[in-house]
Amino acid sequence: MSASLTVANTLRVTRILSVKTESPTTKTFTFKDRLCAKAKPGQFLMLWIPRVDEIPLSIMNVEGHRVSVSVKAVGDATRALHKMKSGEIVGLRGPFGNSFTENHGRILMVGGGTGNAPLLFLAKKLAAKAKRLALVIGAKTKSELLFLTQFDALCTKQSTIAATEDGSYGLKCLATEPLDKFLNKEKLDMVYACGPEPMIRQVFDLAEKRGIAMEASLERLMRCGIGLCGSCVIGKYRVCRDGPVFTAAQLREVKDELGISKLGFDGNRIPL
Amino acid sequence: MVNSFKRSFISVKRHTITPSKAKEKTHLGSNPLSTSLAGLHLRNPTALASGILGYSTASLQSIAEGGAGAVVTKSIGLTSRIGYPNPTVVQAKYGLINAMGLPNPGIDEYVHEIRHAKTVLTVPLIVSVYGFSAEEYAKTAQKAAEAGADAVELNVSCPHVKETGSEIGQNPKTLATVVKKVKATVQKPVIVKLSPNVTDIVELAEAAVEAGADALTAINTVRAIAIDVETAQPVLSNKRGGLSGPAVKPIALRCVYDISEKVKTPIIGCGGITDWRDAVEFLLAGASAVQIGTAIALKDPAVFKTINGGISACLKKKKLGSVKEIVGLSHRS
Repeated sequence: MSASLTVANTLRVTRILSVKTESPTTKTFTFKDRLCAKAKPGQFLMLWIPRVDEIPLSIMNVEGHRVSVSVKAVGDATRALHKMKSGEIVGLRGPFGNSFTENHGRILMVGGGTGNAPLLFLAKKLAAKAKRLALVIGAKTKSELLFLTQFDALCTKQSTIAATEDGSYGLKCLATEPLDKFLNKEKLDMVYACGPEPMIRQVFDLAEKRGIAMEASLERLMRCGIGLCGSCVIGKYRVCRDGPVFTAAQLREVKDELGISKLGFDGNRIPL
Repeated sequence: MVNSFKRSFISVKRHTITPSKAKEKTHLGSNPLSTSLAGLHLRNPTALASGILGYSTASLQSIAEGGAGAVVTKSIGLTSRIGYPNPTVVQAKYGLINAMGLPNPGIDEYVHEIRHAKTVLTVPLIVSVYGFSAEEYAKTAQKAAEAGADAVELNVSCPHVKETGSEIGQNPKTLATVVKKVKATVQKPVIVKLSPNVTDIVELAEAAVEAGADALTAINTVRAIAIDVETAQPVLSNKRGGLSGPAVKPIALRCVYDISEKVKTPIIGCGGITDWRDAVEFLLAGASAVQIGTAIALKDPAVFKTINGGISACLKKKKLGSVKEIVGLSHRS
């Protein structure tokens, strides 16, 4: 049958294989799912927490038939998920959306919060091939600098720059500060960004100023995940279907909304 | 086949050629897909169905660029609603079941979007409205019309929100009250979207037409449920939802066929249309135009171009000059 009615969209239930605490606020959940295990970095899945909600989550890793997502407890659904243990039942749909292109030149990744999850997945693919792989990572405090040791192992030596708002690790500033310096110093082929949208907006502005190619993974309120309901639109694009990864050229087209506003659950525009 | 099409065309003239339409045909020149209904001029007989995308001007414009002849917004009410929690969509075999819960910003906010959309869109903008009373339908429709909507479509058939939608559209008297009230308030064409979740859809169609409906859309989704075996739970947060997609097409087609046998008011066919053949079937059953929704999940907004291309090719093959010539052809004796 046609694409919307492929097996990839069908809800299937699976058990949580393992739960790993990554930080005081973030846990990684692993499931067995053959379809999601074929996902590429940047793609997402819809996770059904029975009787609670169904939410979009970026894929953090695939291994064999296993898929992992990293989830920060921020709302009802994610808090309910954080209380779940291995063996409990959840539902999955996906993988959905497009993925990052795999550029093998001089790469900089800019990550914030759980936005580091898809970047870690990407870094694993790029580590062996990229000419240079650097990372600027930001968080409120040291314990929330997700996956820093993994990134350290994957990136070119001495190429991970951390910034915390409280100065508990690395530089005491926002990630965009060292980014600006980095961009002045190094010639890059591609910037990949994932994290809070105001951060992405700043990365975009800095990259645009220098004409550097960029891809960013965006997040929006999502319902259907398959491009129908219109909840996740940014400009003419549907984040679930046309994204979640957008190129600098596409981000340029949605400049009026990027890092500024999104649609709320009632379809009203709300500030980010 | 060509001959049989032509023969049947001649035998159903009453359905297709009226003096005004004949005039318009000359006026619009050689576009065989152009048509009109309820006073709306369409560059082709395909429109976006309500509920799909349809909040923002940019989304509606991307659908128009995808080739749609008209766009219908999400259903808008008097006040805003956040809708139901997820899951709001679940896949069934050959279709989707959804219960969104009519999320919308409310008409007072949405009028800004309507005004903006009207400065951008070059195809008719139809605003879908719902209400919890005849007065609410009328007030919402009036505000939409005043903001520039080219027509309003009354959602009297949403299967998953209490005290509106199909609870109005399942009762001929309530339906007639709503349609009359809206017609008395609004100067723009009023389209009534019918529910298939009734014993006799023709009875409702006739009630809507007698109350003044300028066109009918048939059908809204078919009431349905999905239950998960492992958790022994309905999947949708609202438990029940509405089924759309290829699974409902034969039902929708039958509804259009039945209505068109009894009612002269133009019908917009809707339900599971995925390719040009589906669309032509609806036209043959008596629909003057069709709406497409779920298929966008399969083929993106360009599905409209693909379907229109197919309809064009079909007309050419049958040596027919206008899509209007095939409307209702299947009713020949």
